Amino acid sequence: MDNVHQFEVIVVGAGGAGLMAGLYASKIAKTAVISKLYPTRSHTGAAQGGISAALGNYEEDNPDWHVYDTVKGSDYLGDQDAIEFMCHEAIQAVYELEHMGLPFDRTPEGRIAQRPFGGHTNNKTGKAVRRACHAADRTGHMILQTLYQQCLKNKVNFYDEFQVLDILIEDGKTVGVVGVELATGELHTFHAKSVIIATGGHGRVWEITSNAYAYTGDGAAIVSRHGIPLEDMEFFQFHPTGIYKMGILITEGVRGEGGVLLNNEGTRFMETYAPTVKDLASRDVVSRAMYLEMRAGRGIDGNRYCYLDVTPATVNKYAEIDGRTNPDGSPYVVTGEQILSKIPDIVDFSRTYLGVDPITQPMPVQPTAHYAMGGIPTNKSGEVVIDDKNTVFPGLFAAGEAACVSVHGANRLGTNSLLDIVVFGKHAGIRAAEFAQGADYVALPADPTDFSRQQVDRLKNGSGKENAFDIGKEMKAVMFDEVGVYRTEEGIQKAVEKLTELQERFKGVKVQDTGKIFNTELLNTWELGNLLDMAEITAAAALNRKESRGGHARDDYPERDDKNWLKHSLAWKKDGKIKLGYKPVVLTKFKPKKRVY
Amino acid sequence: MNVTLKILRYNPEKDEKGHYETYSVEAEPTDRLLDLLEEIKGHQDGTLTFRRSCAHGVCGSDAMRINGSNKLACQVLIKNVGAKITIEPLLGLKVVKDLIVDMEPFFDNYKKVLPHLINESALPADGKERIQSQKERARFDDTTKCIMCAACTTSCPSFWGNDDFLGPAALVSAHRFVFDSRDEGASERLEVLSETFGVARCHTAFNCTSACPRDIKITQAIGELKMAMVTGKLD
Ligand SMILES: Cc1cc2nc3c(=O)[nH]c(=O)nc-3n(C[C@H](O)[C@H](O)[C@H](O)COP(=O)(O)OP(=O)(O)OC[C@H]3O[C@@H](n4cnc5c(N)ncnc54)[C@H](O)[C@@H]3O)c2cc1C
Ligand code: FES
Repeated sequence: MDNVHQFEVIVVGAGGAGLMAGLYASKIAKTAVISKLYPTRSHTGAAQGGISAALGNYEEDNPDWHVYDTVKGSDYLGDQDAIEFMCHEAIQAVYELEHMGLPFDRTPEGRIAQRPFGGHTNNKTGKAVRRACHAADRTGHMILQTLYQQCLKNKVNFYDEFQVLDILIEDGKTVGVVGVELATGELHTFHAKSVIIATGGHGRVWEITSNAYAYTGDGAAIVSRHGIPLEDMEFFQFHPTGIYKMGILITEGVRGEGGVLLNNEGTRFMETYAPTVKDLASRDVVSRAMYLEMRAGRGIDGNRYCYLDVTPATVNKYAEIDGRTNPDGSPYVVTGEQILSKIPDIVDFSRTYLGVDPITQPMPVQPTAHYAMGGIPTNKSGEVVIDDKNTVFPGLFAAGEAACVSVHGANRLGTNSLLDIVVFGKHAGIRAAEFAQGADYVALPADPTDFSRQQVDRLKNGSGKENAFDIGKEMKAVMFDEVGVYRTEEGIQKAVEKLTELQERFKGVKVQDTGKIFNTELLNTWELGNLLDMAEITAAAALNRKESRGGHARDDYPERDDKNWLKHSLAWKKDGKIKLGYKPVVLTKFKPKKRVY
Repeated sequence: MNVTLKILRYNPEKDEKGHYETYSVEAEPTDRLLDLLEEIKGHQDGTLTFRRSCAHGVCGSDAMRINGSNKLACQVLIKNVGAKITIEPLLGLKVVKDLIVDMEPFFDNYKKVLPHLINESALPADGKERIQSQKERARFDDTTKCIMCAACTTSCPSFWGNDDFLGPAALVSAHRFVFDSRDEGASERLEVLSETFGVARCHTAFNCTSACPRDIKITQAIGELKMAMVTGKLD
């Protein structure tokens, strides 16, 4: 067979999770990392605000507080054993990044600088605590660069611009993956003992999103086609501050530096919704507050946006009202220059895309689809678990946004994803390599590329009656309107029906480009198929969950219902139908209680 | 408004050489050029081929020549380039298809400058971070911003003319480490630069600095590297 490669461990994805997995796995086993983008183009590079760890570089902090904040942020749906593990590993993980060379900003003493972020608190006082370790407002860029550099240094094998289309599974065992080399259009088979899926999220399902074009849920869709369930897919995070109409993210770090949200009356409305931490409440809470303001006619000019104001006058005014102080106890006062130095990229984005200078004017913002809490179910070691008893699927691993450990539960705290990818990427890499060392290669099937070819041929040979771009647009619109920040039975039902129609119409799509070299049309269309699957599963799970929790807010079931719904959902897609099941949440120290910020 | 895009097309499976094709698109003045390319690909010509991912200027995928200068398509708003736009692939790297160029030589040059922290000294005994002052950190801040889009390198006349010139982007990466107070590999790296005519070929044309979508002061960074090579001092 042509184009067959053999590696003990294959990592699919070269973002933070994939690179960390590749780095650690390759210390133990023969490993390769496959990525549809050049590694440095991965979406981890877009992350702005920071990575959390209770270093306490400015003031008292404690990993146990980080644990509690994460549990509370998750609206009690996160598995507490995994959360404890992550928050305690956080400190060493951040120091490790520094040792690798990551250029964190520094405190006056030369230690790693930290800033406040939504939901990070001193558990004794309830006040915001500086836990987000940052490198300006491009922390993700620095993480991605640093990890890629370490991989180069350690001679990790890369297959850049190879897009994986299928995973090979024989008799319940992992055998490898099949991918297409973009430059030639050739299919390649990667024979492996362990496969780690680290393909990121699927925010491109929604119209307004902070997510890259590449965020199409490939990994989750691929495994789902092989009968593996996806967990908690109804939980998708809408970040409160996306640039109006474009969705480009304005980090929570802006509010961490003192920025506030204002309605059309110039009122800082978060005071009403979260009296203690106000603008730094959890993301789900802030996004809902913005929707309620807009519904009540208090959006700016009657439109569906609010203002995010980080001009020094506003920052200083509210810092004084809040009694905010510097670490040395002096009152918190900022200048335009200081704002610029803390959030240079945000200032740039705003100037470029809005024509607004945030040092002198407020920025128009609206909630934007941001982060997949749900994904491929795994345990703490990154092993994929396929049922309510957490049965491990041999040789299959997942990490990063594609996975659901679950440490984010119903709502992720800002900065916990960069932490997640570093911690669980590492452990998935180690475990996958250990597994590979103790396992034999399972023989490849006779025709490993068969299913990949079928998928591609279908897109080449459709009737051509339908346009893929329009199908995508219609999907994004209905998902944003009906399966967005607020949801109702009627609305989700409408989305479900629409998605059934779109899936049917998708069969009538035919790509124009018949070439082999960089046939991006073909691959974008294949990705649309993944997005449709992600949308369908999300809508089905959202329709099913009759309560409000974290990122899943139902107008018709406004309360959290622990009696009936303190459980993870699992969704299988088979023969075009979605089957739902459940699995228990792991509770250790913290009993669910009402969530107030 | 109606916008006309003239795009240099080349498909090696069909064409002997490149040719221009013209498309007309309805657009908002605040649309990104990338939005228009997507619209063309979605509704007029699925074969139009380009790279893109983040859509807001941070991943470095979609550098191309826009009305003659290197820019990221996702960072260009229509109102700033007008209703007639010419789009061509970057110069100096082999065109693979339409607006996609072969990035391998570019990344190879990056790898040559040893782009990773070199520090063999013992880590702090408490396992915590190395100490670096705010001033030391600020020293190399500018060059940490590089997203490796190649806009600078492919705007550089010395790069077009010389296979042995690493190009501005690789030098930016070298700078990022050479001036990091935690790094101990400066002499190794500077040696690479002198062997590969790394900095000597820079004739300060300043093209790179104006092409950089991240506003990195590239010519200045290269100047600082030259200085360090001459004086052996890093400050
Ligand atoms: C604008 C923005 C700002 C953010 N800010 C923060 C923050 O401040 N703090 C925080 O904690 N989190 C933040 N996040 C979230 C966080 O950045 C992401 O969740 C995280 O980086 C995901 O990392 P990953 O490794 O899972 O995926 P990615 O980094 O996206 O990597 C996915 C990889 O998979 C590859 N891939 C995908 N499909 C295929 C396929 N079919 N075949 C081959 N390869 C494939 C891609 O090429 C890519 O290399 C932010 C997110 C966004 C969008
Ligand atoms: S698409 Fe990422 S830089 Fe333009």
